[in-house]
Amino acid sequence: MTTHIHETTSYDADELGWFGGEAEGFGGRFMPEALMKALIELDEAWQQAKADPEFVKEFDAILRDYANLPSPLYHATRLSEQLGVRILLKREDLNHTGAHKIRNVLGQALLTKRMGKTRVIAETGAGQHGVASATAAAYFGLDCTVYMGKVDTDRQALNVARMRLLGAEVVPVPSGSGTLKDAINEALRDWVASVDHTAYLFGTAAGPHPFPTLVRDIVRGIGDEARAQSLEQFGGLPNAVVAAVGGGSNAIGLFTAFLDDKDVEIHGFEAGGDGFETGRHAATIQANDPGVLHGARTYVLQDEDGQTIESHSISAGLDYPGVGPQHAWLAKSGRASYTSITDKEAMDAFALLSRSEGIIPAIESAHAIAGAIKIAPEIKERHGEGATILINLSGRGDKDMGTAIDYFGLGESK
Amino acid sequence: MSTSVAFEKAKAEDRAALVGYLPAGFPSVEGSIEALTTMVEAGCDIIEIGLPYSDPVMDGPTIQDAVQQALDGGVRVDDVFRVVEAVAATGVPTLVMTSWNPIERRGVDRFAQQLQDAGGAGLITPDITPDFAPEWIEAADARDLDKVFLVAPSSTDERIAMTTAQCRGFVYATAVMGVTGARAKTSELAAPLVARTRQTTDLPVGVGLGVSNGAQAAEMAAYADGVIVGSAFVRTLLDNRSDEQAALKALAHLTEDLAAGVRAR
Ligand SMILES: Cc1ncc(COP(=O)(O)O)c(C=O)c1O
Repeated sequence: MTTHIHETTSYDADELGWFGGEAEGFGGRFMPEALMKALIELDEAWQQAKADPEFVKEFDAILRDYANLPSPLYHATRLSEQLGVRILLKREDLNHTGAHKIRNVLGQALLTKRMGKTRVIAETGAGQHGVASATAAAYFGLDCTVYMGKVDTDRQALNVARMRLLGAEVVPVPSGSGTLKDAINEALRDWVASVDHTAYLFGTAAGPHPFPTLVRDIVRGIGDEARAQSLEQFGGLPNAVVAAVGGGSNAIGLFTAFLDDKDVEIHGFEAGGDGFETGRHAATIQANDPGVLHGARTYVLQDEDGQTIESHSISAGLDYPGVGPQHAWLAKSGRASYTSITDKEAMDAFALLSRSEGIIPAIESAHAIAGAIKIAPEIKERHGEGATILINLSGRGDKDMGTAIDYFGLGESK
Repeated sequence: MSTSVAFEKAKAEDRAALVGYLPAGFPSVEGSIEALTTMVEAGCDIIEIGLPYSDPVMDGPTIQDAVQQALDGGVRVDDVFRVVEAVAATGVPTLVMTSWNPIERRGVDRFAQQLQDAGGAGLITPDITPDFAPEWIEAADARDLDKVFLVAPSSTDERIAMTTAQCRGFVYATAVMGVTGARAKTSELAAPLVARTRQTTDLPVGVGLGVSNGAQAAEMAAYADGVIVGSAFVRTLLDNRSDEQAALKALAHLTEDLAAGVRAR
């Protein structure tokens, strides 16, 4: 199966990175002048790379031989029975390193090689993107530094150890709230000083142009594969595609192939934390407050003065107070709908999928499962018997067992 | 009052202008007014007041520390205007230096109006470039506020020309590739950048990032119209945080050293 990285949709950004235009839309490139040259070069390099058949061929081969792609599209029969609609799972949990994230880092690292840079930096929250970046750096023989909030290095010691084993330097970031957003700030600061030989492997489809487009192009294989698999294995397109939305990479990776299939509903699910009404959540799109964070105009959790408000979620990977600008535009334009899933709903779905299918999902992905459970009745009503929901199972839950042990009391009682 | 007034005065005296920075609300709102007033009295020609923001990209550890303290102390955007008003009342041109989102959140035009009402000279905007700031450019042009955008050693000639064409007051040249923070040595990237900038504009060019003492200020004053100092002032306050009088004295001392530097070109 070949990557469709060079294909376009009617929801793409213009050349300055605006999704939906500058006046009404989202994105752009709100960055210090010091980084402008690098961002423009990155954009140009990507335009050339994705049009180069040799590059595409090499990327495909790496995805196939190293990352175990394409991932299967799996008919979850027991869950389907319970929900009364056909549930298809895009099994990104089976990828090397356990999530869709390997696609993004392999694509960006291959581009880094092509651009002749020798070092990569990355930010990470729970450590998933950091581990993936360290993996890609090892694969390509690049130096790698990963910035991670001090709070996160303390609570995700296993992933810190993984990154170090893979040869990366992990730098704990104590500033601000000591979490993902501060790790991004610190990675950007590194980049301002190191940009001539360093590439920033951004962890999601957010940030300044060209990252939302670059990451989207790289991960769109999720949806390209799923669409072809759906046609081939099930004789048609799904009625709805569903994904969890943190920064937005796994979701845009699935959605892109379906954007111009007008009959396919698109649903994104953000982290609702303790519940949207409590204010303790990461449901950025639902909060509907535009601002500029990390280089793009998008929806932002912020106070009256424009200070970023800390997000809350049981899922570290969704715990981000911004969102990729293309999602902001898909929401505003009405092409996709976004609602939130509480911690409790996600953990219920986490347990349900484990027991009904023998698949322990990442808690991030459990938000997508919970979302599908929520919309199953209306999907069935709108599309009738045999209605199909295709869910991006973006990662596996091994990393989340600590949380699950605490949440469900799974430990041995003493 | 536009910063151009201060640059003209410095030029008439055949020296560079000294531009001093502190974040509003650090160590407190009143404390920042006192500190900035001290810097004016000791020889700063232009003042930059930082608007504390939760996610600053261009700031190094020293300024991050101070900004965090200001935010923890509960500083608000309205407090920043209060500090501007107090400092501008001394008669020196007073700019606000800020990340973009607080302006966007308040509404660009409203922010510009409040800045003008407080007597502010304009804005320094380190994390936005003119090509993404049409609203600010319009709001500033309508009020004759200074628009200080940055150029960097990595900027192409084309981007420098685009940037300086949109500046009013002066152009801010970042002396190093990196974030704010005092450095032991001045950068060899600064002079060529200033030269490239002058090819495109008659505006004064201020050089900042890394300057910490009078000797460095003198080196930069040899080729720049203004020397911009931030982290060294912040450091002085951080180092003397337990003794307010000692802090102000040290601040005055540092200002005098730098003021002598910009006169020793
Ligand atoms: C398995 C998994 N899914 C989803 C996400 C959320 O990120 P994004 O919204 O960019 O897909 C993460 C982030 O860590 C993740 O690990």
